[in-house]
Amino acid sequence: MLEAWRRIKIENEFIYLFLNNRVAQLAALVAIVFILGALLAPLIAPSNPYDLSTFDILDSFTPPAWSEGGNPQFIIGTDDQGRDLLSSIMYGMRLSLIIGVLSVAFAAIFGTAIGVAAGYLGGRFDTIVMRIADVQLSLPAILTALLVDGIARGLLPREQHEDLLLVVLSLAIGLSLWVNFARTARASTFVERNKEYVQAAEIIGLHPIRIMLVVILPNILSPLLVIGTVDLAVAILLEATLSFLGVGVPPNQPSLGTLIRIGTEYIFSGEWWIVIFPSFALIILIISINILGDFFRAYLNPRLR
Amino acid sequence: MFAYVSRRLIQSIFVMLTVSLLAFAMFRFVGDPMAVMVGQETSIEDQERLREQLGLNDPVIQQYGRFITNMLTGEFGFSYRTRQPIGEMLLERAPATIELGIVSLLISLIVGIPAGIYTALRNDGFLSQTILITTLIGISIPTFVIGIFLIYLFGVQLGWLPTFGRGEVTEIGWWKSSFFSLKGLEALILPAITLGIYQLTLTMRLVRSEMQDVLNTDFIKFAVARGINYRSIHYHHALRNSMVPVITIIGLQFGGVIAFSIVTESVFQWPGMGLLFLESIRYVDIPVMAVYLVIIALVFVVINLIVDMLYFAIDPRVRLQPEAG
Repeated sequence: MLEAWRRIKIENEFIYLFLNNRVAQLAALVAIVFILGALLAPLIAPSNPYDLSTFDILDSFTPPAWSEGGNPQFIIGTDDQGRDLLSSIMYGMRLSLIIGVLSVAFAAIFGTAIGVAAGYLGGRFDTIVMRIADVQLSLPAILTALLVDGIARGLLPREQHEDLLLVVLSLAIGLSLWVNFARTARASTFVERNKEYVQAAEIIGLHPIRIMLVVILPNILSPLLVIGTVDLAVAILLEATLSFLGVGVPPNQPSLGTLIRIGTEYIFSGEWWIVIFPSFALIILIISINILGDFFRAYLNPRLR
Repeated sequence: MFAYVSRRLIQSIFVMLTVSLLAFAMFRFVGDPMAVMVGQETSIEDQERLREQLGLNDPVIQQYGRFITNMLTGEFGFSYRTRQPIGEMLLERAPATIELGIVSLLISLIVGIPAGIYTALRNDGFLSQTILITTLIGISIPTFVIGIFLIYLFGVQLGWLPTFGRGEVTEIGWWKSSFFSLKGLEALILPAITLGIYQLTLTMRLVRSEMQDVLNTDFIKFAVARGINYRSIHYHHALRNSMVPVITIIGLQFGGVIAFSIVTESVFQWPGMGLLFLESIRYVDIPVMAVYLVIIALVFVVINLIVDMLYFAIDPRVRLQPEAG
């Protein structure tokens, strides 16, 4: 057992690199703690910020436990409603992560499908799709996300919009990120298309859809994985920005961005913790995901090492 | 030259047509324009007459044509929310955004280019490493959080600078400028830094990698072998050849500045176009959104055109390759 592990440690490049990269280990640790804390929030959070009966307005604006007037029950203090800030951050991060993962999944599926099809089929389809991608790439992601969100607001009646909010937000963010996946998938497919194994598959008469999905796709996954990691950070940032601007999730179900937005109302009156802790949580999450993304990139592209 | 320019022009027109089609679709099909304009008590006949008057019964192609003509002649229509002409609203807000954008772009270039050159030349120095780590963190911190931290530090704790609005503005005709009074300039500092920091990190990293690439090329090695002094190699040979991509950066950054001005304007309650766009999204003010989209796209296209022309003027390689691009 131990012997086997020792061999893996030397022979498996990924594990070898990871064990020799302290920064990546730290980032992975932080990311795992954050993700677990967010996913298990309903089980382990001190209180439930969505449940009106669990918090008391009399506890509002309690500073962090270590400062004067703090209450050990609320380790990093409470907000204007008396909600425990730590619990709010855990639930908020849960929402941020869910929307982030959903929108990256949407962008990955949509973008990869279009990219592989464009790369494999070529011709007019390729020209048109890539021209559209170019147009969209020249618009910054935040602008696209805002526009899609605005259009969805116009198309859906108000109540329905609130019910579908998670989906609408993920769509808006996903639609602003698909271009990266499409361009990468197209470029990789272009390379693979002329290799012998693809020609062999064509000769034995496989259906083009089967060739794209079963033959080519598994061989171009690794660069897409890197984009997925980097885009997860971008998606979480976009969601936080939209929520901060007041067009994201509603205040009764705060994500990290909403918490920061609520917190900014109190920086002038001295309740600094309401804005500082959610901001730090967001920044640390983003930095650790970015470091992991860099690590994956370096692993897959030895030239960067 | 002519072929190059005309191909770029055709591409730009194609982009504008796509965007205007999108804007028209938003304008026409997202929510019924009639439902917003008339009240509950308007009779069916009146509605029908208004519909006819506004041309909403015409074929869609004809309506699209009219939409484009209106955009070209500056007839942007009226906001659903304020009932003001959109052109007027935008003109009133544009100076605030343009001044903020220019100042933050200047910050990003004046600090970013020298920092990029420095870190490229002294790669292993302590200061270089510090700068690089700082920018890595800078990229990970969202714009609005940077704004909030600046407000907390300089506005709340130190009380040095104003944290919202434009302060005092000087009117030059219809253009309201922040540049001519101390209060206006003070109010500009924090938003401009907030908007500039992200662009600054990008500029710096691109200048650095570009400069490093050029320093590794053969002609630099040859210059070293010829015994030309390093000062001349660095600032004459290398820097000059790194500058072409820098022009692209400036062009791309203009886009970034416009997009992130939405966020910065929201943090600092800066009364610019970004804040107007944000309000139009919040209140589902479709015409304002559509016009904003068209104008932003136009700005992007014009900047890209200018960048392409500059390439042509600066880089002889583009000129000598008629098929390039």
